[in-house]
Amino acid sequence: MKTEENKPRKNTDDEMPKAGKLSGEKKRMKALTVVFSIICVVYVLPVLAVLVNSFKVNTYVKTDTFSLPTGQMWAGISNFITGMNAGNYPFWKSALYSLVITLLSTFLIVICTSMAAWYVARVNSLFCKIIYYLCVFSMVVPFQMVMFTLSKTADQLHLNTPWTIPIVYLGFGAGLAIFMFVGFVKSIPMEIEEAAAIDGCGPVRTYFSVVFPMLRPTMISVGILEIMWIWNDYLLPQLVLDVNEYKTIPIHLQYLKGSYGNVDLGATMAIILMSIIPVIVFYLVCQKYIIKGVAAGAVKG
Amino acid sequence: MPAVFYPVLVKEMIILADDKIPTMDEPVNVSEDVAEEEVEIKETFLQKLSRFYWGKNRSSPLTKPLRKWFLLFIGPVTAAFVIGFVWPFIQGIYLSMCKFQLIQDAEFVGFKNYISAFSDASFMRSFWYTALFAVVSLILINVLAFAVAYVLTLGIKGSNLFRTVFFMPNLIGGIVLGYIWSMIFDGVLSHFGTSIVQNSTWGFWGLIILMCWQQIGYMMIIYVAGLNAIPEDMLEAAKIDGASGWQSLWRVTIPNMMPSITICTFLSLTNGFKLFDQNLALTNGLPVVMEGGVGVSQTEMLALNIYNTFYGSNMSARGTAQAKAVIFFVLVAAIGLAQLAYTRKKEVQQ
Repeated sequence: MKTEENKPRKNTDDEMPKAGKLSGEKKRMKALTVVFSIICVVYVLPVLAVLVNSFKVNTYVKTDTFSLPTGQMWAGISNFITGMNAGNYPFWKSALYSLVITLLSTFLIVICTSMAAWYVARVNSLFCKIIYYLCVFSMVVPFQMVMFTLSKTADQLHLNTPWTIPIVYLGFGAGLAIFMFVGFVKSIPMEIEEAAAIDGCGPVRTYFSVVFPMLRPTMISVGILEIMWIWNDYLLPQLVLDVNEYKTIPIHLQYLKGSYGNVDLGATMAIILMSIIPVIVFYLVCQKYIIKGVAAGAVKG
Repeated sequence: MPAVFYPVLVKEMIILADDKIPTMDEPVNVSEDVAEEEVEIKETFLQKLSRFYWGKNRSSPLTKPLRKWFLLFIGPVTAAFVIGFVWPFIQGIYLSMCKFQLIQDAEFVGFKNYISAFSDASFMRSFWYTALFAVVSLILINVLAFAVAYVLTLGIKGSNLFRTVFFMPNLIGGIVLGYIWSMIFDGVLSHFGTSIVQNSTWGFWGLIILMCWQQIGYMMIIYVAGLNAIPEDMLEAAKIDGASGWQSLWRVTIPNMMPSITICTFLSLTNGFKLFDQNLALTNGLPVVMEGGVGVSQTEMLALNIYNTFYGSNMSARGTAQAKAVIFFVLVAAIGLAQLAYTRKKEVQQ
């Protein structure tokens, strides 16, 4: 619409200034690359600081945080050795429980909510609508609203072990997953599944051999979001789990600081390093999916 | 089955199938349309109700058998959802009007808890502190994330690497982040003879820096997705019309980015209000200052305040804590809805 009245203008200031602009633009791009490289180095500094300080003798962590651990400051791997058993609870056990809880919960959430979402989207009865809107509603409810009653309910039903806490996660985390899956199922034509049904496929088989493969991209997105949430979650497992017996990594760290009057900062940094290395490796390996998952989760949420 | 009957069967099947196929002398399409319209007109209130109740695909060959598998498909999620959300939520609303230490001995007291929540100085302080924090972090995070996303989509060298680095802190959990940054802040502040838990101004800005570090990458991803979705010819048209870089940013890019901006402002505001882990790990509400005979934590945000009221030494304050939690929920939900409604209006119709 507008371009038509401005057309003559386009022809007049075309060729010549463009060439000059281009080289200027190239220079600006190069400058931006340099600036962003510097920003990126600053951005990684906190993680590097953890790495450096995990090899430093405790007393120097607070006073010489930003210097390399040389000479007297060098602690070798002693921080890692004390860190493994600090707080009267072996660190590997927390890491193991974290892993078990995250994997079990994510698996349960992805399987159960995708099945439920398919049912909800296709059957669409009143009951399904109620479940769906309750799920959407649950996404705006902060955890503090239900934390006390949820932890008591979980206690009564003996859901306080790493093997049963996935049920709690399924309940509290169903909202986003159902929402994302229903959105996706509605966008795929029902005829494919109906064709399978007419050909004699039962619902279970239709789900696993027709719907499941189509849902895979959304499953990866949902799975990534759930992994990021559950692995880092502190409050829910702290309230639901029997903390003396089972700790996750965040709980372990928090209790380390709470139980000591004077924290061994070097050992804490060693533990932090051990807990973020797997995360960073996971991130670098699955980067493509993680970024896609985050974008998908945000666009819909 | 004897082979002899086979042709007959096939013939029957063809006839059966033929029923639905329109033939030359019978324009089925038109008549079917008419029939459908008639059905719609004739649909009684009861039928509508039944469609509402049973769903619109009631007679589909897929959903009919699917209904029988009700328990397998939707049962587990429903059960877990009731345990993990519905029941605790209802019980939470009820308990907010009760005096209790354990759920068993809850005693109904009406709105007393709400009154004591609002007259609690620490709660009101944490409310204003949280509001200030949420607004400041919202502005900073979104402006910076937008700027980063804008530069990264210009096509500069190494933008993939930059994106990887900027997003990385998101994978690290709140508690771990809090401890990493408390070490760094204390490392700097120890040279000035102070520490992050001694000065509430440092505590506030420390938390802001921490949140920016964590959230810029996340918001950047959403903005990059939004920027990539803007049609190229639109920007080109603006350029041809003689728009400068700033003009096309303000007049073309930002109006087209309103959906992403809506999402990001919504996310960062609710994130700011719901913040708990980072607050707990970085300062844990310290320092505590005496205000009118009561110690008030200076850097305690709403979520932490509710937590401390629940699990603090004063067990009889649990009713108040639950009332605070309900207020908190209403606040978070209302902000989300209001902001969504407000920014949706500004979105460009496409």
